[in-house]
Amino acid sequence: MRLHSVLARMCSRGIRKYGAVRARYVPRPRSPTVFEIPMSTSNAHALAAGTPPVQYNDKVVRQFAIMTVVWGIVGMSVGVFIAAQLLWPSLNFDIPWLTFSRLRPLHTNAVIFAFGGCALFATSYFVVQRTCHARLFSDRLAAFTFWGWQAVIVLAIITLPLGITQSKEYAELEWPIDVLIAIVWIAYGVVFFGTIARRAMRHIYVANWFFAAYIIAVAVLHIFNNLAIPVSLTKSYSLYAGVVDAMVQWWYGHNAVGFFLTAGFLGMMYYFVPKQAGRPVYSYRLSIVHFWALISIYMWAGPHHLHYTTLPDWAQSLGMVFSLILLAPSWGGMINGLMTLSGAWHKLRTDPILKFLVVSLSFYGMSTFEGPMMAIKTVNALSHYTDWTIGHVHSGALGWVAFITIGSLYALIPRLYGRPGMWSVRLMEAHFWIATLGIVLYVTSMWIAGVMQGLMWRATNADGTLTYTFVESLAATYPYYAVRLLGGALFLIGMLLMAWNVWQTVREPKPATAAVAVPT
Amino acid sequence: MSPGFPPGVAIFIVAFTILNILGCLWLIWWTSRGAAPAPQAGEKAEKTGHVWDGDLEEYNNPMPRWWLGLFVLSVIFALTYLALYPGLGNFPGVKGWSQVGQWESQNRAAQAAFEQQIASFIDLPLEQLARNDEAMRTARNLFAANCSTCHGSDARGARGFPNLTDDDWLWGGTADDIYQSIASGRRGTMPALGTVLGEQGVNEVAAYVLSLSGRTAPQDWIEAGKAHFQALCSACHGPDARGNPALGAPDLTDDVWLHGGDFAAVRETIQNGRDSEMPAHAPLLGESKVRLLAAYVLSLGQRSDAFAGLASEEANTDERNH
Repeated sequence: MRLHSVLARMCSRGIRKYGAVRARYVPRPRSPTVFEIPMSTSNAHALAAGTPPVQYNDKVVRQFAIMTVVWGIVGMSVGVFIAAQLLWPSLNFDIPWLTFSRLRPLHTNAVIFAFGGCALFATSYFVVQRTCHARLFSDRLAAFTFWGWQAVIVLAIITLPLGITQSKEYAELEWPIDVLIAIVWIAYGVVFFGTIARRAMRHIYVANWFFAAYIIAVAVLHIFNNLAIPVSLTKSYSLYAGVVDAMVQWWYGHNAVGFFLTAGFLGMMYYFVPKQAGRPVYSYRLSIVHFWALISIYMWAGPHHLHYTTLPDWAQSLGMVFSLILLAPSWGGMINGLMTLSGAWHKLRTDPILKFLVVSLSFYGMSTFEGPMMAIKTVNALSHYTDWTIGHVHSGALGWVAFITIGSLYALIPRLYGRPGMWSVRLMEAHFWIATLGIVLYVTSMWIAGVMQGLMWRATNADGTLTYTFVESLAATYPYYAVRLLGGALFLIGMLLMAWNVWQTVREPKPATAAVAVPT
Repeated sequence: MSPGFPPGVAIFIVAFTILNILGCLWLIWWTSRGAAPAPQAGEKAEKTGHVWDGDLEEYNNPMPRWWLGLFVLSVIFALTYLALYPGLGNFPGVKGWSQVGQWESQNRAAQAAFEQQIASFIDLPLEQLARNDEAMRTARNLFAANCSTCHGSDARGARGFPNLTDDDWLWGGTADDIYQSIASGRRGTMPALGTVLGEQGVNEVAAYVLSLSGRTAPQDWIEAGKAHFQALCSACHGPDARGNPALGAPDLTDDVWLHGGDFAAVRETIQNGRDSEMPAHAPLLGESKVRLLAAYVLSLGQRSDAFAGLASEEANTDERNH
């Protein structure tokens, strides 16, 4: 008898016995051999003993996936609002809570840690279970990470507009919230590595290497950068002083980019790209080289944020050369992703999810080329402190991080809710084109504005005086601020389409449950 | 220049740097060992044999040669750069470059060019310098880059920052006074009198002060305010309230208001005091540039006959409407 028909019978028995459970796992046509080789895993025993199979914990994945969309809209709305403030400064209405200085950290925290963070939690929990063939290590700890992380986000939304801040970029939250983040993050690590420990496959899938590196590195970075002496519940002083403080901050800041926004999302890429393309990952060797090179070299790159400052020359030089060596390891991920897709190019015409994934890999390649170039001192002397940096960040944040997230969520959400696909393919198509246009407008306007500012600031007259005052460069930037606002608004509109599509997809059926698959 | 590390620290930096770079090269070599050649068209690529989640598999294709070349090139560039520039612990690099050295040499060159530009007029007395077109062209640029942030690009100031075109001077309007204001800076402190005067006392003094510029106010407040003024304020502002340039105490009778001339603003000034600072610019800009700026500010006052009267009238209208 074919084993999957055994499974189907047992599943139906399970449904009768445990009423609420609706097992929807059916071996997919691409993998007819999934259940043919019994393994000494819990589910193989379950099959033999006739007990219902262990199921994946997808509840926490669903929660994080939905909140990814919610926080994405919140964070990007704040971004669009402050972009409008740059164009029309009176939009702060003279209310301190609405000033650019307070809302800008709210925007960055919301999009990186609320939108990006929830996306990483959702996908890492989903992927680690599917690729370890095991249920999450602890349901209660997993639920704690969800509610703890939401509490962090809500506290950020309250404290940042109140002006409660450590004044460290991307680490603005004050010490009580930092303590909560550390606890949640350690719980996350326990859940993730606990699941890895109970895996049914000896070999750990490449996506999990990247998730593992991101979880460990972010814990180390967060804890060391936020070491501070509290003086009250809402105020603390950093343990570091002067240029050491700056160096620790940018060691954190750049690796937040490297491990949170690169390694974590590469983990996402390594699951959803081969799954969606239906093709094997291009090169295992390439995975090994680019993984180890990426995580070892990223750690050095922070000083390029402090070129031509009081940071000693030797540290600046090391930051620059390691940023340049970082180019090839970064591109390794892009090559592996794009080459995995090659052979499935024809699907691009019909599958908007693959469009999102391909464009995200392209933007990943572009920003990881641009980054090392901007780390070269001569280039940095022009680009630093200009809107070029803002353009660079958003080509990474919108093009890479948001697009890989959106593509992955469009693939993930129907599976989590037992639907064959998203409610509307045409809405996904519309989302793709509107968002892509938004990114192009955003990034190109900031590139032009940044190079223009850099050139205006350094222009001198024959008598050695500056040709332009600062405010002249600001006035010249206004048209580009308008284009940027338009680009950001388009991207937000895309997210609203997504929210509608997700709502229509998830509102009807009950959530799906899936039995843990027995590895081949 | 780095201050120099103890040998142990320097060796640690060098060893860790080199180890990480060589580690990458070793990694490339180690993973390329025994690599099968890239599959030809139609050939099936080698797989690793693992299958996750039903259908997740991996090929074991060799790494693209161009990518390996890029990697090795970046390593060669890095090692060359670290040989030429500071980076490896205490080793200053073959070129002996430092960012302070670069700044100093560029600054020296710019300074020399500037001195040559201004050589023909910089030794003129300030009053003549103010009438030298070439000097004033340079000075206007210096003003735009260094002074306009506070005083405005038209030099008409803003609340808390004096208008420099109205020929009304807090610290004196002679060439030497202006030079001193720019070179050494000024600090104007109005003490907070709220606790001394009490709520009503502050109202009364504010009423009196406004009446000096011809504003209307309740007569009994003006009378009471005058008494307070003579006791508490006249030491700095003078018994006739015409101010004292030696202290930077403003003339309170001319309807020119640094911190706002409506009742609430004057009240606020008396209640909580003011602390205004003009930073010293000689240490920032050097003697020559301060002279050019002093002459430029002087020229703004000299031109006041032409248009500054109109300007200050407008400014005062603004204040009243505020």
